[in-house]
Parts: sequence; C-alpha cells; structure tokens
Amino acid sequence: MDHFPTNWGRPNYNTFDAHATYPLHVHPQPSSSADGVQHTQQPIVTGTSVLALKYKDGIMLAADNLASYGSLARFKGVQRLQAVGDYTIIGASGDMADFQYLQYILDNLIISEEINPQDGHKLGPSEVHEYLSQLLYARRSRMNPLWNSVLVGGFRDGQRFLAYVDLLGTTYKASTLATGYGAYIAQPLLRKAVEGKEDTLTEDEARKIMEDCLRVLFYRDARSINQYQIATISAAGASISGSLKLETSWGFAEGIRGYGGQTQ
Amino acid sequence: MPDMSVLAGPQQHQFNPYAENGGTILAIAGADFTVVAGDTRQSEGYSIQTRYAPKVFRLTDRAVLAVNGFAADGNMFVKKVKQRLEWYRHAHAKDMPLRAIARLIQTMLYAQRFFPYYVYNILGGIEEDGSGAVYSFDPVGSYEREACRAAGAAQSLVQPFLDNQIYFKNQTAAPGQSHPTHLPLSDVLSIVIDSFTSATERHIEVGDGLEIYIVLAKGRSLQGVEGLRGLREMSSREDGERVFVLQRELKKD
Amino acid sequence: MRYQSHDVDEFAHVRIASYWPRRVSAVGTRVQPSVLSTPSPPPLFSMFRNTYDSDNTVFSPQGRLHQVEYALEAVKQGSAAVGLRSKTHAVLLALKRSTGELASYQQKMIRIDDHVGIAIAGLTSDARVLSNFMRQQAMSSRMTFNRPVPVNRLVSTIADKAQVNTQEYGRRPYGVGFLVIGQDHTGPHLYEFSPSGTSFEYYAISIGARSQSAKTYLEKHYESFADSNLEDLIRHGLHALRETLQQDKELTINNTSIGIIGPKGPHEKVVSEEGSFRILEGEPIDVYLKTMEAKAAPEAAAPPPAVGDEDVQMAE
Repeated sequence: MDHFPTNWGRPNYNTFDAHATYPLHVHPQPSSSADGVQHTQQPIVTGTSVLALKYKDGIMLAADNLASYGSLARFKGVQRLQAVGDYTIIGASGDMADFQYLQYILDNLIISEEINPQDGHKLGPSEVHEYLSQLLYARRSRMNPLWNSVLVGGFRDGQRFLAYVDLLGTTYKASTLATGYGAYIAQPLLRKAVEGKEDTLTEDEARKIMEDCLRVLFYRDARSINQYQIATISAAGASISGSLKLETSWGFAEGIRGYGGQTQ
Repeated sequence: MPDMSVLAGPQQHQFNPYAENGGTILAIAGADFTVVAGDTRQSEGYSIQTRYAPKVFRLTDRAVLAVNGFAADGNMFVKKVKQRLEWYRHAHAKDMPLRAIARLIQTMLYAQRFFPYYVYNILGGIEEDGSGAVYSFDPVGSYEREACRAAGAAQSLVQPFLDNQIYFKNQTAAPGQSHPTHLPLSDVLSIVIDSFTSATERHIEVGDGLEIYIVLAKGRSLQGVEGLRGLREMSSREDGERVFVLQRELKKD
Repeated sequence: MRYQSHDVDEFAHVRIASYWPRRVSAVGTRVQPSVLSTPSPPPLFSMFRNTYDSDNTVFSPQGRLHQVEYALEAVKQGSAAVGLRSKTHAVLLALKRSTGELASYQQKMIRIDDHVGIAIAGLTSDARVLSNFMRQQAMSSRMTFNRPVPVNRLVSTIADKAQVNTQEYGRRPYGVGFLVIGQDHTGPHLYEFSPSGTSFEYYAISIGARSQSAKTYLEKHYESFADSNLEDLIRHGLHALRETLQQDKELTINNTSIGIIGPKGPHEKVVSEEGSFRILEGEPIDVYLKTMEAKAAPEAAAPPPAVGDEDVQMAE
C-alpha cells in the first residue's frame, strides 16, 4: 500500500515529487484532451490512514480528522468514519470529495433498500462491502475511479465482518486492516497485538492498541494529525466517538544526537 | 529537492486500472481425477494484504477454476462465470460439461480483448468421458488442454519442476521400461505440496496457506482420499463426480 | 374474487349507453332506465360477449377492467397448483396435464434460484417470460449484494410488472398465476401472484382449475400446518390437490409435481445443507402418494361446477 494517495493506481514513479510535498494541482496533468475525454484524475483533498481490528465483541475502526491539500493540513475537523445502516461502519482514506460522494450513494442505498420497503430485510456489512466493491470496480473499469481505500467493519447475527476495498475494486478480509501509510507502520503492530487474540481482546485493550498505532502514525506520517475518532460496531450497535486528542510526548527528541541541527 | 526538470517534458501520469496481487496456482490431471491448487496469500508490492484470499473455486461437481493475477478482475471473472453456469443450469437442468466451460471461458476472456481481465486461469475437472483434464488460459483467452500447468508469481519455479515430475522431461526410463502416462493421486498430491513449499521458500509472494481441490471421476473409489487430514467435501451429491478440498499451512514469512 | 359473467342483453344496453349521452346515477355508473329503451345495436357488435373489454385501460361502468378479469380466467384454465407452509418448510404441489397419449406432461414448476421456486397455472409461455425475469432479479441481487433476493421483494417486483400491463395502452395482462415458495433469513414463505398485479402471502393457497375445492380442504386443515413436518405437509398438499381432480382421476407419479424448500426430509437423499428448492417428479414422489388416505365417499351429488371453471380432459 502506497502512503501517498496521489500515487495509488499509478505505476511507480519516483523521480517526480516522491514525497508529495507539492500542492496536488501542480502535478502534471495528462496533456490536453485532444484525443478524447479524459477521466483520469487525482485526489485533491486527501485523508490518510484508516485502521481497523477485530476484538472480542466486534470491530473497532480508527481514523484521524485531517484532510490534507498536498502537504498543507487543510481541514482539521473532518470525519472519515461513517455508519451505513444498523450493522456497518466504513472508514475511508484517499480523496475526501469522492468519499463524500460515496456517503451520498450509501445514504440513498439505505433509503431505497431499508427505509422505503420496511420489510425487515436490512443490509448487513457483507452486503454493503459487496455493493461498494461492485461500485468501485465498475468505476475503475470505466477508467473513472473513486480515489479511495475503504475499510468496512460490521457486526450482524453474532458475526464480525471486516474487509477492505479500494479504487481498483481490490478486496480482502483480515482480522486487522490498515490503509495508506498505516499499511506499513500500523499493520505490523496491529497484527502482533491482535492475531490469535481476536476472541479475547476487550474493548479497552483494543482501544489502547488503536491509540498506540495512531500515536506512532502521528509521529511518523506527515499527513496525519493528533485528533482522531474511534468507532465500534458490536451487538450493542454502531457508535462513533467524538473527536479525541492524542497524548504525545516529544521529550525523547532532546536525547537524539547524530543528525539535525544540534551544534555539539 | 525533487528533480523538477521532468516537468519540462510531457508527462504521462495515467490511472493504471490494474494491480498484481501475487500468488501461484497449479493443476495436474490424472487418469480419473484432477488436482487444482493455489496458495492463499494476497499481496501488493512488499505488503501482504491478507493471508487468506482463495484463488481456487468450485464451479460445478466436476469443474474447478483457479484464477491468478489481478485479484479484483479474478473475483469478478469467477462471479461472472458462475452466473453463466447458473443460466446454463436453468436452460438445460444439468451442469455444463468441462470442455464447454473451457470454451465459455475463452469466449468471455476474448470479449475483453481490448481491456483484458488481467488474470491467468486454470480450469481443472473431469470430462464427460470420465478422464481428468486441465485447461490453461492466457488473459485474452488462448487455451489448450494439458496434463499439468502452473501459473502466477512462481510459475517459473514450479513449471520446470512439473515438466520433470509429470512429463518426465530430462529423465530416462530404466532399460526396458517406460514412464507412466498418469501418476496415482497420492503421488500427485505429494508433488503439489512440494511445489508449493518450494515456491514459498524462494518466492516472497507465495505462502501463508494452501488450498488443494481434488475432483474425482464418477464411480471412482476414494482410495485413501477420505483419510486425508483436514479434508472437506464440496460436492452436492455422492453418486456423481466428487469434489474435495484440502487445506495446508505454508510458511508465513 | 370471482368474475361474474353477464348475459349479452344486459351489456348491450351498457354498450349503447356509451354512444349516447346518458345520465349517471349518483352512486355509481349504472345506466338509467330511460337509456334502456334505445334501439338494439348494429349486428356487428353482437359478436362481442362483452364490452369495455377490448382495451384494458378502460374501466367498465361497473368500475372493472374486463381484460384483467379475463386474465384471471386464463389462470383458472390452467391445471391446479397448491402451496402450503410450515415453520420449517414451504411446499408446492401441482397437477401436470398431458394433451394426449403421445404427449409429455406439461412442466408446472420452475426453479428461480437456490432459495426460490414457483408453480404456475395459466399460459406457460407467459410463465417462462416472467420466471426468466425473476431469475434475472435473483442473479442481480447476488451480483450486487452477494445476497439471495428476499422472496417478498421478488414477488413484489413481478406484481409491479404485471400491474403496468393493466394500466398502459396497447398491452395485455399476463395470463398466468404463480405460487411462489422461498426462504430467506425470515424463514420459509409462500406467496400467490396473480395477473391483476397483486401478491399476497399465505399459510396455504391454491390456484388453477377447480382450485376452490382444494382451498376448501386447506381452509379446513390449515391450523395444523405451522407445526407439521415435511411429510404431513406434503400429504395435506396431495389431499388438497386431489380435490381438484375430476371424478374418475387420481394422482399418479406421472401427473404430480412436488416442489420443496427447507431441510432434508427422511425420504430425500440429496439435499443441500441450506435446504435449497428442489422439484420431485416421477418415482421419488411415489413414497408420498402412498401416504395419502383414501378419499371419503362423496356425500350426495357434488354441486355443478361454476361456468368457466371446468378442467380440460386429462389423459390417463
């Protein structure tokens, strides 16, 4: 998983702007549309990692509240976790406009599939995930992708559900998942903390693991911020916390020697 | 400071609708059985996305399809093949024969000739004459019936091994003897498992788990299959061809 | 609801009424006596049995759509089908006709998906079109949501489709009725679909020729169905279906079809774990036919069948 949404779905191209430090609209566009309509696009305002894990009672998801514009921390109060129906929570990284469009689509889906019929046939997490996968795959097949990586967590009929889908329509399931930079930094930590303990981890323990991962991400991911939300979905239903603040300590920086601006 | 000189020339930053998700698949046909196997790791680059994503699917009681390449295309392709087979069942009240499924797959792949499914398919199963068969495909539909085939990330590691062990390439039979045309099931299973443990050892995209589908011809005795550890039956009836799946662990590093 | 036939004279007046300015009574559209004295219609019109029936988008003065009612008649022309439901199973039983010694028996049941099947009465060709549509709906649900389509939604969809044909100019209603059985996470279900565009859920129901006799049987016994096992449910179904036969006919392995949804019964060999829809025909149903109890001797003479409700001649 590439840390930079700008690079998702593209061939590796490291000679240009390898660290995504330039505003995204500066990125070179494909030359003018002389040879037809160009759907090709790039993410503009982006969210970074989303994390999720299975614990004893259900699924926990976490994401910070930042939407970046290139390297600019543009919007600092964005919610990237969203409940879909009664049994599902999704979390998205990548383009925030595309994510909001996804939310609009899913809201309408819930209206047409649950609220209008009122026949008790509600959409569970696996249905929502399949629908999203079909949608994203169809868009990529039209070469007009929705530039997101989405985690779908849910709980229904005593079953936990956790799966991934991205702008290519690629899907997979696992007991811990992370998008973006989190796939490199948080996923190993999550696997170590969760694998084999999915049925014993308590909510408090899971929350601690999430906070630790988010903290490491905040230390290392330049597109992250120390405000975040945590969502749980369990037999008790879906709940998304308010915006929380990460406790961080930078005292260790004093002890670091060997690079940077120290004079000694 | 990034090299801005590249901005001077025309740039191609096109959306790439494909990914390569690693893994390897393999199928071997016997006289009256076929074995189709795949590892269960799904990866992109150096990241393991999941340790369990099946690449081998039961289509009917006598046909099993393995898909390898771009996972999203693979899953979609399998789903579409399954729906075509369901329509065939509706129309004819029976399962589609293996060779017909093979041709169907070629047609469906070639229909996407200019925006291909980036998927290597291997179809294995039992023909109407009761023989084991393997069909292998390229992403745009070229196909042929073979006795064995490996595809995917570790194709270049596994196929030469199969050539040697199944086709007896570079082996000389003992004087007055000839190589067998078909191996017994127990030998084939050993070759399959060895192929994957070896590929796991030498290829970073192969590992985690192994799923082996075994299709037995109608009326063939189980001959030891029933004793295998972790065997699950997938067939819908006991008086026709029978499908079993066997799961094994592979190294996860 | 039963369609009532009218004699020609009465409708001749009504028809004329539409050509002459007329007064309409306050409560309805009954024609006023003053109009009844108008001259008889030209001979050409007398070939019609009825009027307000050549176009399904026009109401009769009685507020009825005759084409729709004729479509319901087409359902009654078809051989009978019976459906029953318990807490665990839903079953269909249907009587297959053969047009003669040399002909095969008509297909009466169609599999829609693993979890849905139907029995038909009426125009088989219309049934094929509608069942094909149902199959598409079922497949599309599996494609987009990876979910078996909820049975009630499937039935509502075809009911909506049928309704369009009762309202749009230049169409004709479907000439076929369905009994639909299926299961989803709310359990087994039984629905009736009719060409008028309605669908209802039932504990037990019958459609087709002489289905009223089967209904009478079902109404008498339905309270025991909910807790019945599969064998008893089928036995009740066979008894009900038998009521639709002509005097000298009986149910055989050749003229009976049984459709089942729900867990495997003791007489069944191969059934998927989910209890998918399966159709039993021929030899496998013999064991069920044998469980039937002999029919009680008919008390007095049976009432004469209503007009338009007679069965066609059945082959042996």
